[in-house]
Amino acid sequence: MSQTKEEPVAASSTIEHAVRVETKRQPLPPRERLEQVFDIQDLTAVYGSKPALKNVSMEVYKNLVTAIIGPSGCGKSTFIRCFNRMNDLVPSFRQTGTIRYHGQDIGGKDVDPVAVRRTIGMVFQRPNPFPKSIYDNVAWGLKVLGMKDNMSERVERALTQAALWDEVRDRLKSSALGLSGGQQQRLCIARAIAVEPDVVLMDEPASALDPIATQKIEQLLHELKSEYTFVIVTHNMQQAARVADMTAFFSISRGEEGERWGELVEYDQTEKIFTAPSDKRTEDYVTGRFG
Amino acid sequence: MTSLDVTGASRRPFSGRRLRLGDLILQGVAGIAALGSLVLVGLITWKVIEGARLSISTFGLSFVWTVAWDPVHNQFGAGSFLFGTAVTSFGALLIATPIAIGVALFLSELAPRGIRGPVTALVETLAAIPSVVIGLWGLLVLAPLLRDHVDPALHSTLGFVPLFGKASYGSNVFTAIVVLTIMILPIIASISRELFLSVPGELKEGALGLGTTRWEMIRGVVFPYARGGVAAAMILGLGRAIGEAIAVAMVIGSFTGISASLFSPGNTLAAWIAQQYAGLPTPLATSSLIYMALMLLVFSIIVNLLAQFIVRRAARRQGPSR
Amino acid sequence: MSAADVGVLQRPNDRLRRRRAVNRVMELVAWLAAVLAVVILGVVIFSVARRGASALSLDFLTKPQAPFVPTAPQGLANAFAGTFIIVGLAALMALPFGVLIAIYVNEFAPKGIRNVVTLTLDVLAGVPAIVIGIFVYGLLVVGHHQSGYAGAFALGVLMLPLVSRSTIEVLALVPDSLREAALGVGAPRWRTTVGVVLPQTIGGVLTGATLAVARVAGETAPLLLVCSLVAPGTHYNPSQPLMTVPLAIYELSDSPEPADHARAWAAALVLILFILVVSLAARWLATRSRRKMAQAGR
Repeated sequence: MSQTKEEPVAASSTIEHAVRVETKRQPLPPRERLEQVFDIQDLTAVYGSKPALKNVSMEVYKNLVTAIIGPSGCGKSTFIRCFNRMNDLVPSFRQTGTIRYHGQDIGGKDVDPVAVRRTIGMVFQRPNPFPKSIYDNVAWGLKVLGMKDNMSERVERALTQAALWDEVRDRLKSSALGLSGGQQQRLCIARAIAVEPDVVLMDEPASALDPIATQKIEQLLHELKSEYTFVIVTHNMQQAARVADMTAFFSISRGEEGERWGELVEYDQTEKIFTAPSDKRTEDYVTGRFG
Repeated sequence: MTSLDVTGASRRPFSGRRLRLGDLILQGVAGIAALGSLVLVGLITWKVIEGARLSISTFGLSFVWTVAWDPVHNQFGAGSFLFGTAVTSFGALLIATPIAIGVALFLSELAPRGIRGPVTALVETLAAIPSVVIGLWGLLVLAPLLRDHVDPALHSTLGFVPLFGKASYGSNVFTAIVVLTIMILPIIASISRELFLSVPGELKEGALGLGTTRWEMIRGVVFPYARGGVAAAMILGLGRAIGEAIAVAMVIGSFTGISASLFSPGNTLAAWIAQQYAGLPTPLATSSLIYMALMLLVFSIIVNLLAQFIVRRAARRQGPSR
Repeated sequence: MSAADVGVLQRPNDRLRRRRAVNRVMELVAWLAAVLAVVILGVVIFSVARRGASALSLDFLTKPQAPFVPTAPQGLANAFAGTFIIVGLAALMALPFGVLIAIYVNEFAPKGIRNVVTLTLDVLAGVPAIVIGIFVYGLLVVGHHQSGYAGAFALGVLMLPLVSRSTIEVLALVPDSLREAALGVGAPRWRTTVGVVLPQTIGGVLTGATLAVARVAGETAPLLLVCSLVAPGTHYNPSQPLMTVPLAIYELSDSPEPADHARAWAAALVLILFILVVSLAARWLATRSRRKMAQAGR
C-alpha cells in the first residue's frame, strides 16, 4: 500500500501507481451494461438560505465501490446523506431534484425514511458504537427490525464479514467502548451489514483511524463489494485510488455574494479520473495543485 | 499594597511565593465560611437530635412505626404519619414520572423549534410557584373539583378496590397526591430533559441509520444512556415530595390514623409538623414532633446521597475511553 | 424474514406498519404529556389571576390587616412590609456567606475539601424547609421568643446553598487564563480574586442571589415555626415576629370567610407576580453578564 502522507507532493505518479499497479483492477464494462442502483437527477440541496449542492446528476452502479472526493466544504457529506434521508434530521434542510433507487424516488411522499435507511445503511466518520456489549451492538438492530431468527449466527456472520470476529469472539459480552478505534469502526460496519442492507454508505469511515486500521477497512471494501454496493466519501485521494471503481469529483463553486456550494465536476472510472481527467479542475485537484 | 507595579515586578528578583497578609485574610475568611457550612449542617443535625432526645429516650425506635397520637395519655408515634408520607410521596412519584418523561421527550426530541423554548420556560415556571400558592389552589379549586366529580366517579367504578373507598370532603390523601405530583413534575422533567439532550447526536444517528423509528431509537439509545440520571431525578423528586409540608397540610385534612382509602383524610410527617405550629401541650409531644423532623432529616440525607451515588455510578458505566 | 427485497424499498408490511403505529402513538403520548403540563400551569395561574385580581385594590396593598376592626379597610400591607424586611435580612446574611464559600471552594480548596464542601451544600439544599424551621426553632426560639430575625435566619439558611452553588458555577466559568495573567504581572492571590475574577462574576452572582430571593419569598414552613405569632398592626421591628405574605396566605386559607379567601388569592397573585418579575430580572441579568463575559473572553 502506498506510504505517502496525506497531502500528495508528487501526487499523480503515486496515484497512478496506486490505480494501475496496486489494485490490479479489472477494467469495468461499459456503463450501459452496469446495473444502476441510484439515479440522481438535478439534485440541489440547501440549509435554510445557504446552498450546499447544486444540480448534481450521476448514477451509482451495483456491486461497485463509488468514491466521492473533493476539497473540504464541497458538500460531500451532505450529498451522501441524501441517499438515506439522513438530512431529514436537520430542520433547515431542503432538497430539489430526485434520487431514484432502482427506479423508485426515495424522496417520494409515500416513502418512509425508516424503510429507506433499512435498505441503505450508513457508517459514520467517527466510530459510534452503542454503549452496549459487542454482541448487543450488532444484535440490537436485528431485534428491533424483526430479524430475530438465528440471532447468534447472524451476529457471527456480520462480525466475520467485518473482519472482527476473531478478535472479539471471546468477549462478545464486554462493552463495545473497550475496543480500539479501528475495532469500533469495524463493529459499526458489522452493525450496519447485519441488517442486510443493499447499499452501504460510508462518510469518511477511516479518517479518524490510524493507517493499519484504515488498511483493514479498505480491505473490507474489496471483500464485501460482491455482496453490497458501497458509496464512500473520502478526503484522501490515495484511498479513493486504492478502493474505488468509480470516482466522482466535487468542487466548490462561488456565487456573487460570496456563497459557496458544491457541484459535481466529473464522474468516471477511477483510473480515468486520476490519470486522464477531462476537466481541468479535476486535474488540478488530483495533481495537488489545490485542495 | 499599591496597584500592580509591573516595572517593580521586573526589578524584583523572582522570589516565588511570598505569603501576603491579604492572601491569608481572604483564604482564612473564605475558609472559615466553608467550614461554617459544615458546622451549620452539623448544628442542624445536633439541634434536631437534641430536641428529639426526650421522645427518643421515651419511645426508642418503636416510635417510628407506632400508630398513635394521644396527648392525653402521652402516647406518641409516627406510624400513621410515616404511612401517609409513604403513600403520598410514592403515589406522586408514580404519577409524575411518566408524565415528566413524556414532557422531557417532547422538549428534547419532538417539539418544533419554535415551541421548545416557551414550553421549557413554562415548565420551569411551574417549579417556581410557591408551595403555599399551590396549596391554596389545591384547597379552594382542586379539592372541590375532585370531591364533586372525580372521587365519586372513581368510587362508583372502582369502589370494590379498598383504595377507592367512600368519597370524603375533598381534603384527602388523593388530593394531596395530585398536589405533590404537580410540584415534583417540573423537577423530574427538567433534569430528564437535560439528560436526553446530552445524548450524543452520533449515537442517535447510528441507531436511526439502521432503519429504526424514532421511538425505537429513543428506547434503545436515549433511555439506556440517560437511565442513571433519570433515576437520580426521580429520587430527587421523591425527596421533594417527602419534605413538602405546606401544600400537603392545606389539602390532606387532618387525620391521625391509617386508612386504606385514598379518599379519606390523612397526614404526613411534614404536614403534621406544620399543622402543630401553634404549639403542643406537653414537652413530650413537642419532642415527639421533633423526633418526626429527625426522621425527615434522615430521609432527606439518604435521598440526597442516593441520588449522588446513582449519578456517579452511571457516569462510570458510560464506559472508558471517549 | 429475508433481507429487504433487493432493488425495491421495503414495501410496508405488517411489521413495519405496526412499528410505525407504535411510533406515532408514543409521539402522541409525549405531546399529551406536554399539553397536560402546560394546561396545569395555565389553570393554576389563571385561577390565581382571576380570583386574585378581583380582590386586588389600593387598600389591599397599603392597609394592614385589622382582624379586630372588621369595618376597617382590610389589606395586607403588614405582610408585604414583613416579607420585605425578613427576605432582605436573609439575603444580607446569605449573600456574603455564600459568596465566600464559593470563593473558597473554587479558588483555594484542594480537591478533597472541595468535594466535601459541595456535598455538604447539596445535603443542606435537600433538607426540607420544615426541618430547617425546627432547627431555627430550637436554636433561636426556645427559651426566647419568635422573631423576624429568626425567620430571616431560617430563610438565609435556605438561600445559602442556592447562592453558593450558582456563584461556584459562575466562578468556574472565569477562564484560568485571566487568573494567570493577573498573577503573571505579580498581583497577589487575593488581589487577583477580588479585583479581577470577582468583577467578572457580579452578573452571575446577582442572578443567583435574585433567584434565591424568588425562591424563599414564598417559603412558609420555617416561618410557621419561628415567626408566626404576630401581633396585629404593621410592625417593622425584626426582633418581634412579623407577618409575611406566604404566612398570611396560609392563615387566610384556613378561615371559613370568603372575604379572607379572596384576600388570600390576591396575596398569592402579588406573590406570583413578584416571583415572575424577579425571575425575569435574574434571567435578564444572566444574559447580560454572559454577553459581557463573551466579550471579555475575546
